[in-house]
Amino acid sequence: MRYIEPHAHMVSRTTDDYVKMTLAGCVAVCEPAFWAGFDRSSADGFYDYFCQLTEHEPKRAAKFGLPHFSWLCINPKESEDVKLAEDVIALIPKFLDRSNVLGIGEIGLNKNSRNELRVLEMHVDLAARHDQLILVHTPHLEDKLKGTRLILDVIKADKRIQPGRVIIDHVEEHTVKLVLDSGMWAGMTLYPESKCSPPRAVDMVEVYGAERVWMNCACDWGVSDPLAVPKTALEMKKRGHSAEAIDKLVFQNPMKFLGQCPKFKIPDLQP
Amino acid sequence: MTRQQVLDLYFMDARSKLIDLAAFIDRVERANGEDDFRMSALRAALKDLSSGSKERAKQVLLAFSDPTTEPIPSAAGKSATGAWPGK
Repeated sequence: MRYIEPHAHMVSRTTDDYVKMTLAGCVAVCEPAFWAGFDRSSADGFYDYFCQLTEHEPKRAAKFGLPHFSWLCINPKESEDVKLAEDVIALIPKFLDRSNVLGIGEIGLNKNSRNELRVLEMHVDLAARHDQLILVHTPHLEDKLKGTRLILDVIKADKRIQPGRVIIDHVEEHTVKLVLDSGMWAGMTLYPESKCSPPRAVDMVEVYGAERVWMNCACDWGVSDPLAVPKTALEMKKRGHSAEAIDKLVFQNPMKFLGQCPKFKIPDLQP
Repeated sequence: MTRQQVLDLYFMDARSKLIDLAAFIDRVERANGEDDFRMSALRAALKDLSSGSKERAKQVLLAFSDPTTEPIPSAAGKSATGAWPGK
């Protein structure tokens, strides 16, 4: 089996995880910028993080045969400080030409505050001005439904953004249809406690279809599983889904979305 | 899959989770003190399990969700609690 891991925070993971993912069939890994578990004290901290995502981590992944790609932003958990966000967003254009940068992400909302919304609009504007793909984080738990609605409203209001170039991540049963009806892509995040489990993800695919959908593990420094995508592929196999249907979901779909960025190339798969 | 195949594949897992949930409620009720909004939301969500809805997972998620539509003035913290406290 081959698969693309479209959302994993590898800076938080051990090299053992790279080995396991490669052995399980991973052919590329994509890493959105996220919260480190503590608030960075200045834009300089983000500058260093963006260097880590675009210089160091690709080299680390390459040791295990994995092409590594990244997304840049200030994440929603640090977006309450608008001045900090402005300073960080001003840094991003310097990194957009780097060879592994796919777009702006994971932007979005956390607690659905006015400042978070303002910073989301700034990120969407940045993506529009630089013709970048967008990867969106939706809030956790009780805040997800409201946050997803607010996020969709912001993106739909910016007519420069093509819905097919946006993926709204962490959908669950109460938000997946909202996202797919908007014309954007939906990401299903396979997480042990929050977000969704492999059986629920496969349920959603069976109910809503496999078009404009990808699955990701979003593994990070918390309780998470870097092998959640291949485990979900196994779940599909147990239910009798064909090898082609599994390949579409875990390889062809992320390839289709990410391939909208010309920099997304997997060397071993090129003709 | 047929309904029998679904039962064969998932019944034991669902049974285990249901017993865990029952044990959790017993544990809460054995403990001293009062419930909070999370337990109220959980009890409300439990009613959705025995409804005739074809979308029980969605209904349970909605039972825990903030139904308001306006952004809040500011984010006091970063964490979610799992249930909307109301107001």
